[in-house]
Amino acid sequence: MNFALDPATAWLIIAAAVATYLTRVGGYVLITRMSTIPPRLEAALNAVPAAVLTTLCAPAFFNGGLDIKLAMLVALVVSLKYPGLIMLAAGWATAMLCRHAFGL
Amino acid sequence: MNRNEIVEGFKGGAIVALSSAPFAVLFGAVAVDNGLNLPEVALMSATVYAGASQLVGIELFGQYVAAWLVVLSIFAVNFRHVLYSAALTRYLTHFSLGQKLLAFFLLIDPQFAETVRRAESGKTITLEWYLAFAAVIYVPWLTFSVIGAAFGSMIGDPRVWAIDVLLPLYFLGIVVGFRRKPGFYPVVAASFIGSVLGYQFVGSPWHVSIGAAFGVLVAALLPLSPPPGTKTAKAGHS
Repeated sequence: MNFALDPATAWLIIAAAVATYLTRVGGYVLITRMSTIPPRLEAALNAVPAAVLTTLCAPAFFNGGLDIKLAMLVALVVSLKYPGLIMLAAGWATAMLCRHAFGL
Repeated sequence: MNRNEIVEGFKGGAIVALSSAPFAVLFGAVAVDNGLNLPEVALMSATVYAGASQLVGIELFGQYVAAWLVVLSIFAVNFRHVLYSAALTRYLTHFSLGQKLLAFFLLIDPQFAETVRRAESGKTITLEWYLAFAAVIYVPWLTFSVIGAAFGSMIGDPRVWAIDVLLPLYFLGIVVGFRRKPGFYPVVAASFIGSVLGYQFVGSPWHVSIGAAFGVLVAALLPLSPPPGTKTAKAGHS
């Protein structure tokens, strides 16, 4: 393998990093420029965690096979009562069972 | 220095590091496949530090797409972070400007989710906790990217060990944890529908921004709940 940084590639990566960083400070810059935050904007900001994190698991559920669907449903039920690690283990075990015992 | 905060940060971050390690290996392997070498893989994981967008960028690298288009795509995939930093600002007011700028560099999905959860449980977000949580994810992310780049061909199918289900499960668990927030069900339903529609008709990774926009818009349009801090709003929190 070649171990020298290719300048064009390196600059492209740096540009991508800068673009990413801009998104990560952008919200801070915008919000601190406002003297008061309107209540509807505040309600929207409060919803950001649930809104964004849902999009990170919804397509996996919707497009996944029966194995993924069952694993996520089991995890959902378990998570209502038990902490994260147990939920993770239950969902993972369900997926493993589906794939290796039932061939889903 | 509060040792307890550091230990708690390490513990919380370790779970994330573990479930994202396979994706770091995958990223390294795919990157080498698309013509990057080991130092370039390391540079990208160290500076971009955003799993999904790194994979998108790498896909485009391999197709000889114009550089500005690669950067624009990465910007679009990462656009949700604008919402993150806006929502997180109120919990980091006691950080100095330099500390904030560092904190935002490390603001990945689980970092955001756990910080919000911790702050909402009534704890102050200390710099020690935040950096400990971040470091225990950042260092393995970088390390496993390099390992993936070096030994890419040796990893098998992640499906065999059901590694591919870990991250969706992790995010699902966090979403469930927010279920007592005002407007939770309409917001989640809107995000679910928006992201599934976005996935079907526009494609990944745009479904993230589309779904998030649906959910946030619904939250803004819902009847306003009493401002936080009043007794009725607090009563619903566990």
